Amino acid sequence: MTSRKLTVLLAATLLTPVFAALPAQAQGTLRIGMTASDIPLTTGQTDNGGEGMRFMGYTVYDALVDWDLGSADKPSDIRPGLAAAWTVDPADKTRWTFKLRDDLTFHDGSAFDADAVVWNLDKLLDDKAPQYDPRQSAQGRSRVPAIASYRAIDKTTLEIVTKTPDATLLYQLAWIMMSSPGQWEKVGRSWEAFAKTPAGTGPWKLTAFVPRERAEMAPNPAYWNKSRVPKLDRLILIPLPEANARVAALRSGQVDWIEAPAPDAVDLLKKAGFAIVTNAYPHNWTWHLSRVEGSPWNDIRVRKAANLAVDRDGLKELLGGLMIPAQGFFPPGHQWFGNPGFKPTYDPAQAKTLLAEAGFSPAKPLVTKVLISASGSGQMQPLPMNEFIQQTLAEVGIKVEYQVVEWNTMINIWRAGARHPTALGTTAMNYSYFIQDPFTGFIRFSQCNLSPPAGVNWGYYCDPEMDKLLDQIRTTFDKAEQDKVLRRTHEKMVDDALFLMVTHDVNPRAMSAKVKGFVQAQNWFQDFSPITMTK
Amino acid sequence: MLAFLLHRLLYVTPVAIGVTVVCFLLVHLTPGDPLTAILPADATLELQEQMKAAYGFDKPLPVQYALWFWKVLHGDLGHSIATGRPVLTEVMRAVKNTLILATVATAIGFTFGTLFGFVAGYFRDSWLDKLASFVSVLGVSVPHYWLGMVLVIIFSAQLGWLPPTGAGPDGSGDWRPDAAHLRYLILPAITMSVIPMGVIARTVRALVGDILSQDFVEALRAKGMSEFGVFRHVVTNAAPTALAVMGLQLGYLLGGSILIETVFSWPGSGFLLNAAIFQRDLPLLQGTILVLAMFFVALNLAVDVLQTALDPRIKRG
Repeated sequence: MTSRKLTVLLAATLLTPVFAALPAQAQGTLRIGMTASDIPLTTGQTDNGGEGMRFMGYTVYDALVDWDLGSADKPSDIRPGLAAAWTVDPADKTRWTFKLRDDLTFHDGSAFDADAVVWNLDKLLDDKAPQYDPRQSAQGRSRVPAIASYRAIDKTTLEIVTKTPDATLLYQLAWIMMSSPGQWEKVGRSWEAFAKTPAGTGPWKLTAFVPRERAEMAPNPAYWNKSRVPKLDRLILIPLPEANARVAALRSGQVDWIEAPAPDAVDLLKKAGFAIVTNAYPHNWTWHLSRVEGSPWNDIRVRKAANLAVDRDGLKELLGGLMIPAQGFFPPGHQWFGNPGFKPTYDPAQAKTLLAEAGFSPAKPLVTKVLISASGSGQMQPLPMNEFIQQTLAEVGIKVEYQVVEWNTMINIWRAGARHPTALGTTAMNYSYFIQDPFTGFIRFSQCNLSPPAGVNWGYYCDPEMDKLLDQIRTTFDKAEQDKVLRRTHEKMVDDALFLMVTHDVNPRAMSAKVKGFVQAQNWFQDFSPITMTK
Repeated sequence: MLAFLLHRLLYVTPVAIGVTVVCFLLVHLTPGDPLTAILPADATLELQEQMKAAYGFDKPLPVQYALWFWKVLHGDLGHSIATGRPVLTEVMRAVKNTLILATVATAIGFTFGTLFGFVAGYFRDSWLDKLASFVSVLGVSVPHYWLGMVLVIIFSAQLGWLPPTGAGPDGSGDWRPDAAHLRYLILPAITMSVIPMGVIARTVRALVGDILSQDFVEALRAKGMSEFGVFRHVVTNAAPTALAVMGLQLGYLLGGSILIETVFSWPGSGFLLNAAIFQRDLPLLQGTILVLAMFFVALNLAVDVLQTALDPRIKRG
């Protein structure tokens, strides 16, 4: 095609019905603009963090244990998934037996059974297995640290042995997606080929896929959980990493739903008739405090004073209402929130009193350096938010200097720990957390032996009392009792003011009035099955 | 001509090797961990080391370069760390999309740029000159990503006439120049065309003015040649330079469209580079830069050859 021909065609296009309104999509097709810059990994264990699992994990695949995403009113919890039931050997608490649902098939028609589960665990954990996939392993391996071994006892019975008694195994297994061994064989034992025509057991089947541009899914009418059989005809995912491009796509009718609209576009979208859907979910935006020798945050009075000095309502106003002011480390109302004694409200007078006891005042301020990022996944609006906090802390006598780094650099510093030279002598870092299960919500940054390089206890926090609670979480196999321990752990976190607890994101998404039936679960993952589209 | 071509190709070889060294070093010397994109944030050190070894990042830089260069020589640009897809497939798909966009943008820019340039140069100091000059100065001065956003607000968000993102109703997989796909091309192509239009218009204006003041034009007129005939001579004399500028602009557009492609989510090389940079996807970043640099080198070579064909004096020089 020569330039001339193209130009002629272009001109012709300009003169023909191009300027008519955009063609309407068929009824029952939902088009979503994601924030990811690519279609998340389609082979099973997804990349792109929570968004990857939301769109390509829990849609095409299932785990042995699922998250219940059916309610917007209460925090979601785990429930049986591909495993219908499980027991722990009372004599040996490392030995778990899972009873799988029978008569289940993958999208390609091959059977789902205990051998398929073993095959999937080998895909992640056994680098000698032919199906071992480094990319999926990179995503999945660190999610199941408890697993020591596993075997199929019969077609529907699976045994998993953990390294030590670990009652958090169920939450760990909720990460592990089951890909079809049969399909992998069929496409020539290649994950690259499998990525184009994947098969799981999930409510959606991937029907078309253009890398970096688009993925199309159709319902799986034979899905085992009849209440989750999708009502839509099609679900289309479009990566639109640029926030303004997402808003433009929504306003022009090119998509029906966008993730994380730009905060300054929210009012405009509301006025234009789009719905802004928000809800609490297990996310927090904190300052992770360093507890290494010489850190001013080793003094509980300073930690509490800082928590009392943040005007969270003012911050909420700054964000146009799109946040939940923190009352603890978990969002208020969460099943693990408990009843902490310390209330991180806005009380500058009390903050000043505490700081005075610690030897600081606005005239003789505590001067310290804090690491922040200019942007980043889950970081909300880090620059204006931190500027706001800097101002409110200065009013009580905490003078903060910021060290701004790029997000990927921040992740590396977070992994390296507060003692590492790359932390540049900072005493806190502004980091937002995925806190959906006991490990990601408590253990990883509170346990003594998970300080870097063993884990991401960035601040080297170590408290034998806390370690005892964390051990109890792992060894309490009765779910209700375990929840009680989790609540006590959260109460301790708040009472000891382990973090500067600032806010929780509300997971905003904007959608056209045509989208009906969506229930925004209090979870990082969502269920697209009940959604319908009106004309 | 063959000798000339071989001579030029000989020059290209060290340039190409230099490009591979520079792009490898630039990518590896920038801070950040290439495995950040594929590892969960709280991956253990053991897992990080294991992945480093799996991807060969534990080897010394010269060894990594040698291994990469050897593969490149065999036409293998490796696999993307983030997606696992072959870099060559990813890059060629993106380059195809950028080529479509850049070609149309250059065509628009060249058409209007030469038009404005000739008009301004031929009717120097008239109101036509002033108008054409104003438009061309505006073209090079307006930030094109800003213009893109304004066009999106007007034609997509407000009027709903044209789609603001993407390359086609079903993506760019089966792109063809039909109305359904060209609709997606209009806004990014117009946005992208303003800079080449401005540059070409200003160059052509200066050129035409210069040619018109030369003795041979006066001689042609003195011999009684019609004004159209004189115009034809001016065009012939201005064409090689205008073409060279157009070639260079096309080269710039091929590699320098990150902002526009991001604003319009156009799945081209700029969009790909953006993703590769943010994901620290080193093989993809190296591969994309290398392919783009090679395109630029090839384009320069093509322009040289074309100029020689149009004006044999260059070859003699």
